[in-house]
Amino acid sequence: MTNLLKNTLWLLIAVVGAAAIGGIALNRGESINALWFVTAALCVYAIAYRFYAAWIAATVLTIDETRATPAERLDNGHDFTPTNRWVVFGHHFAAIAGPGPLVGPTLAAQFGYLPGTLWILLGAVLGGCVQDMVILFLSTRRNARSLGQMARDELGRLGGNAALIGTFAIMIILIAVLGLVVVNAMKHSPWGTFTVSATIPIAMLVGVYMRHLRPGQVLEASALGVALLLLSVAAGGWVDSNESWRALFDHEGLTLAWAVMLYGFAAAILPVWLLLAPRDYLSTYMKLGTITLLAVAIVLLQPDVKMPAITQFVDGTGPIFGGKLFPFVFITIACGAISGFHALISSGTTPKLLANERDIPMIGYGGMALESLVAIMAMIAATVLEPGVFFAINSPAGVVGKEAVDAVAKISAWGFPVTVEQMQHLAQQMGEATLFARTGGAPSLAVGMASIFGSAFGDGLLALWYHFAIMFEAIFILTTLDAGTRVGRFMLQDMLGNIWPKMAETSWLPSMLISSALVVSGWGYFLYIGVIDPNGGVNILWPLFGIANQMLAAIALCVATGILVKSGKLNYAWVTGVPLLWLIIITSTAAWEKLTSADLRIGFFAAANDLQDKLAAGLLPPEKAGVAPQLIFNLHLDAGLTLFFVAILWLIVFDMLRVCGRYLTGKPVLPLSETPHSPSSLIEEWVRD
Amino acid sequence: MISKLKNLWRVIRRLSGDDAYERYLVHYAQHHHAETEAPPLSKAEFFKQWQDSKWQGIKRCC
Repeated sequence: MTNLLKNTLWLLIAVVGAAAIGGIALNRGESINALWFVTAALCVYAIAYRFYAAWIAATVLTIDETRATPAERLDNGHDFTPTNRWVVFGHHFAAIAGPGPLVGPTLAAQFGYLPGTLWILLGAVLGGCVQDMVILFLSTRRNARSLGQMARDELGRLGGNAALIGTFAIMIILIAVLGLVVVNAMKHSPWGTFTVSATIPIAMLVGVYMRHLRPGQVLEASALGVALLLLSVAAGGWVDSNESWRALFDHEGLTLAWAVMLYGFAAAILPVWLLLAPRDYLSTYMKLGTITLLAVAIVLLQPDVKMPAITQFVDGTGPIFGGKLFPFVFITIACGAISGFHALISSGTTPKLLANERDIPMIGYGGMALESLVAIMAMIAATVLEPGVFFAINSPAGVVGKEAVDAVAKISAWGFPVTVEQMQHLAQQMGEATLFARTGGAPSLAVGMASIFGSAFGDGLLALWYHFAIMFEAIFILTTLDAGTRVGRFMLQDMLGNIWPKMAETSWLPSMLISSALVVSGWGYFLYIGVIDPNGGVNILWPLFGIANQMLAAIALCVATGILVKSGKLNYAWVTGVPLLWLIIITSTAAWEKLTSADLRIGFFAAANDLQDKLAAGLLPPEKAGVAPQLIFNLHLDAGLTLFFVAILWLIVFDMLRVCGRYLTGKPVLPLSETPHSPSSLIEEWVRD
Repeated sequence: MISKLKNLWRVIRRLSGDDAYERYLVHYAQHHHAETEAPPLSKAEFFKQWQDSKWQGIKRCC
């Protein structure tokens, strides 16, 4: 009887899910309720988790709950500790969910809501969740080793080095593009700039409180910090209305970019307890709180999605970034569908806490499914805006024109009506001077969130909600930025240590300063170019980041596929092999187009040559001619970088195929590095309460 | 209801690391001997070590 009931329930979920997806996919012409998106997503995740993840766990990975995990065997009460699975889930989710799933879907909404939504759902359940779960499993069976170490142990030195270099490169591009998103959100926004800057002293205060005033009182200090953050959002409004204070926080993009670089440098060399750790606490609370609030608001308010299912920009002429639906929607939405970066958390960090292998599907697969839901909510927040407004905020001045009149004329001509008055009124409501050409995704997401929050919890506070959303995005972008710069510094110190051993001493001051400066100038360079680029920079940097992130995912899936084959599970190798194949296809196609396309907005060389010709012919206005040589150099550099990413990708794919080929033909390969079985003796109820 | 809220509070404390010192004392009592080994760390000292070790390696993603 219970069995029948269960089957009926799952059948019901399947039917509701199919109906929701059908409704989303087939809807044309009229607006559609956002609740359908949430319903479709929840049903897809539930079915995939119950059946696909369970099947992978039982049949492909053969999870063994009697086997002691590294957390149990190596328990030191410090980093290796068997931990309650909900707590591990919380840590894991907080670590994987960054600003990526908020920005990508917002940008990809230029194709309409449908392509992005379908990719987020399918990419997650067949690709991203599988990657996270399999890597978590493999690392758990290998004493919580990192992805790079596993690549070296199982495939060889080549794979290990590729993973290391790939990680470093992606870090540089990621920080640059996130820095650009923050700079664009703060540009000429005294309110936003004040609130974002205020998060720095607030974090320091919390740090001192936790470390020295009341050591270890984490929650007390955090509560104080959150209260101060909320206060700083309100105080920003006062700054905005006060002439002399206003001038202090009203800056050009370039000034803000230098400030962000200075901040990144400081964060990399200051002790963690002073800035990084407390900021991380605050951003985690803000992140979890705001995402929950957004979910509640969407369910309460049930806003209508106004963006069409598919726009004409699938042909590659989109204003936000150039390029056709295939492959660029898959590059633009990396986090939320599949993100290679997660493999770094799933290996090394999370396995040290895992009490029992049986929790792997919930943490690995479930954690990514939840992140994918965040991406769906970002998609909703972007598409509930009037499409005209959405494009006016996100289109760079280089595409639609600098003057508001030109911009609205062009956007309206695309079939997305919008007026100057409408934009002015909106900007005024949000407490901003202008909302035209605020590229990067953060401002439009904040407008979307503010309108959802505003309608659900009271309309009078739109400006507060807007700047709350900006602060919320900025605080965890800056957390990724400073944590990333610091990790980059350690990686660089390690690499430089191979040349000059003294450099590997992480706390030796000259080494610390030099390597931090090198890392900051690495991403600072791309940030600088992004700010001076009249097309907004995001359209170049974001695809580059997408390609890098998918490349890292491909490396992780190569390691996973190689290990599956070496474990004699060739029949099941498609579980990671199919997503890998898809990633190879999309990254290679995207890279090919970025290199060879004759379209100025896609091809790096085409754009560089065009700029060169115009410069030589004296066709550029003086302010553009001044930066043109730098832009040309940068386009060539981006092309080189793209080539480099694809070369690494193919190198590791061939290395994996070589290892698999040798194994299948009976030739010797590196042995499996799995630790032998030792029985678990944990008293289940104690850890799994 | 009350017990559920208590449970939630426990999870929050656990997640944030608010109870890390208490858990360390439990771990110490189970695995070490105060008579023969060094006594457990003070709260401030423990927190310092805990925070520093927590911040090794990649902690945050995109």
